[in-house]
Amino acid sequence: MKKYWSFFKMRLMAGLQYRAAALAGMSTQFVWGTMEILLYRAFWLESPEKFPMGMEALSTYIWLQQAFLTLFAMWNWEYDILESVKTGAVSYELLRPTDIYSMWMARSIANRLARAALRMIPVIVVASFIPAPYGLRLHISPAVFGLFLLSIVLMVLVVCSYTLLVYALTFYLTDPNGIMVVSVAAADLLSGAVVPLPFLPDGLRKFAELTPFASMQNVPLRIFNGNIPLSEIPGVMGLQVFWIVTLISAGYLLTRNGLRRAVILGG
Amino acid sequence: MKLYLKFLSIHMRSAMTYRASFFLSCLGHLLITTNVFLSVVFLLDRFGAIGGYTMPQLSLCYAVILSGTSLAECFARGFDAFTRILSEAQFDRIMLRPRSLFFQVICQDMKPTMLARVLQAAVMLAWGINAGAVVWTPLKALVLALMILCGAGIFFGLFLVNACICFFTLEHVETLNIFLDGPREYGKYPFGIYGKPVLLILTFLVPLALVQHWPLQYLFDRGPAWYGVLPVVSLLFLIPCALLWQLGVRHYRSTGS
Amino acid sequence: MIEMKGISKTYRVRRREAGLGNALKSLISQDYTEIPALQNMSFTVPDGQILGYIGPNGAGKSTTIKILSGILRPDSGTCTVDGLTPWEDRKRHVARLGVVFGQRSQLWWDVPVQESFDLLRDIYRVPEQLYRENLDRLTALLDLGDLLKTPARMLSLGQRMRCEIAAALLHGPKVLFLDEPTIGLDAVSKLKVREFILEQNRLCGTTVLLTTHDMQDIDALCSRVLLIGKGQLLLDGDTAQIRAMAGENLSTEESVADLYRRFGI
Repeated sequence: MKKYWSFFKMRLMAGLQYRAAALAGMSTQFVWGTMEILLYRAFWLESPEKFPMGMEALSTYIWLQQAFLTLFAMWNWEYDILESVKTGAVSYELLRPTDIYSMWMARSIANRLARAALRMIPVIVVASFIPAPYGLRLHISPAVFGLFLLSIVLMVLVVCSYTLLVYALTFYLTDPNGIMVVSVAAADLLSGAVVPLPFLPDGLRKFAELTPFASMQNVPLRIFNGNIPLSEIPGVMGLQVFWIVTLISAGYLLTRNGLRRAVILGG
Repeated sequence: MKLYLKFLSIHMRSAMTYRASFFLSCLGHLLITTNVFLSVVFLLDRFGAIGGYTMPQLSLCYAVILSGTSLAECFARGFDAFTRILSEAQFDRIMLRPRSLFFQVICQDMKPTMLARVLQAAVMLAWGINAGAVVWTPLKALVLALMILCGAGIFFGLFLVNACICFFTLEHVETLNIFLDGPREYGKYPFGIYGKPVLLILTFLVPLALVQHWPLQYLFDRGPAWYGVLPVVSLLFLIPCALLWQLGVRHYRSTGS
Repeated sequence: MIEMKGISKTYRVRRREAGLGNALKSLISQDYTEIPALQNMSFTVPDGQILGYIGPNGAGKSTTIKILSGILRPDSGTCTVDGLTPWEDRKRHVARLGVVFGQRSQLWWDVPVQESFDLLRDIYRVPEQLYRENLDRLTALLDLGDLLKTPARMLSLGQRMRCEIAAALLHGPKVLFLDEPTIGLDAVSKLKVREFILEQNRLCGTTVLLTTHDMQDIDALCSRVLLIGKGQLLLDGDTAQIRAMAGENLSTEESVADLYRRFGI
């Protein structure tokens, strides 16, 4: 556990070094959130009756999305891992007394947390002071808030186990770029990044809910803004757990098998 | 010009050396901007119209901005990736050659995969026109061409500003993404949708509204004809950009890397 | 003729101590340290000389090269290369200058070397006739033949270095700067490169300024050596003088190491 903690600290410090970049990143997030809200505001002012959630709930969704962006963004790949699998350098990992899949998982989680930790707090704090209905507001009960925290943890696991599956597939593909660009685009569309899922046309929304992508940002953000009623929370979180188990099993088996293959082929 | 074409051909061939990854990058670029376009489609599907604009009109609007950014990104890539040019000391090499620095940076790097997005923009434009976004006159066609070209010019200027800032910070500063990636994403609607403050900023500070929102009013018969001249006026933006470039080079000369 | 008079250059460097606390602090304020890279540097190089420019890492070698090639503007002092001030007359100056960096490439990675050369011809506006002559001569002397058809990324380091040197000389410069041209090369390639530099100097009278850590380069090539340390000129003489200063029967390598110690650099 200690080695993961030092790794996390190292990442955090590396991030802090670039002060201009960190400040710039935060301001970007604010502008993005503002533009997004101004856009929906235009729709809301014209026809509020067609909104599947309140303006305030939507604003909360958008600000939280900006705050946690680097935590769940699919494009946050671990390029070192991809590179080591592609070149075969990964077989050297066998020299270490750790399981490679768990090491990858720890790295991915640490990197995502480190990147998000820096940007999260200022966005949340400032967004809470923006007047209603355009600011971030918390209306859920403490119990549901607890569920929200749990669903965040589950979301990180879904995202990471998905990216790990891609790394594992790299053992079998000549070029992982194809699956990567398609994953990014699919996740953007189906996890509620481009448009929150309730705004999608019904057919597409139902399809999205069948994919693992809907278990990503869609779940915690909509629990937080109250868009998923208490009665449905166990269902969506159960689905999150289902995807974690499925993705981890698949990723683990593919990694083990792929590594064996790499060693036999001589890297 | 002849030299530029030679560089262009070298970059094209370099990109095609790795054919599979060339097409995959094209696909990647396309999927991202297609998602942006889909977000408009989905919201319009739910709400019918926004601010009086119809779907074909929005398609045309996004096509203008998308072709502008993509052309600039393809041909001014050297300024976009300027941190790399600085950190790999390519700029030193550029200074060792007897040609204008500005010209050489343009030649240094190009991104042909961006042309995939120009193609997407062309398709959206064609669909928008075909679906009756505009009642055409020859003058309006001219204005449309100006919007695209001057749009590319402004994005070019933004890349230039971006590069100049790299001279001082030596690292890529994300702030400018607000004006680079931002309009590519939010230019999917005429900037007036976002309210007056945004429109003012994009009219007077970074004059992207002069190649999008205002001339669109003319194209859609919602505003006077002189709005059609505004894309040309927007090019004044390039003057401060050029001055900043001079300043950046001077700074580089006195500090080194 | 290269002339440097009283050149000084100071860098400002950002300082940061280790640790999370300091990282946070540097978000607020930053300290700068001034590092003098060159102090009152003066020397003259007559036409046609091969000059070795040596000193430990960080002594100011690359700063000097950068100033002489017009990349960097010094804080004070004057400098002319064939009558031109490098940083004020950049284009005219570099048109008569060739530079090779041992650690970096100026060839385009994915295209055959010949095409890189053609591109350089256009960049430097070399007349076709002169270009042909230069290219033929360089191809013969450096034994480039088949290499010209190969993309640069597929060349070995030794092959690439020969192409780099040719690339720097296509426009027939009168002055050539070589920054560690033999670094990482195998014995055969090293000898070839040295042989060529002597040949080029003899045939075309090219002035050569060579920085290197390889004392055999110095022994083989340089009629004169400048030793610098901490931004100052410490010694100006030939290899015999360096050996004489160190005394006893030391090789050039050992003598230089001895001098570094003696000057405390």
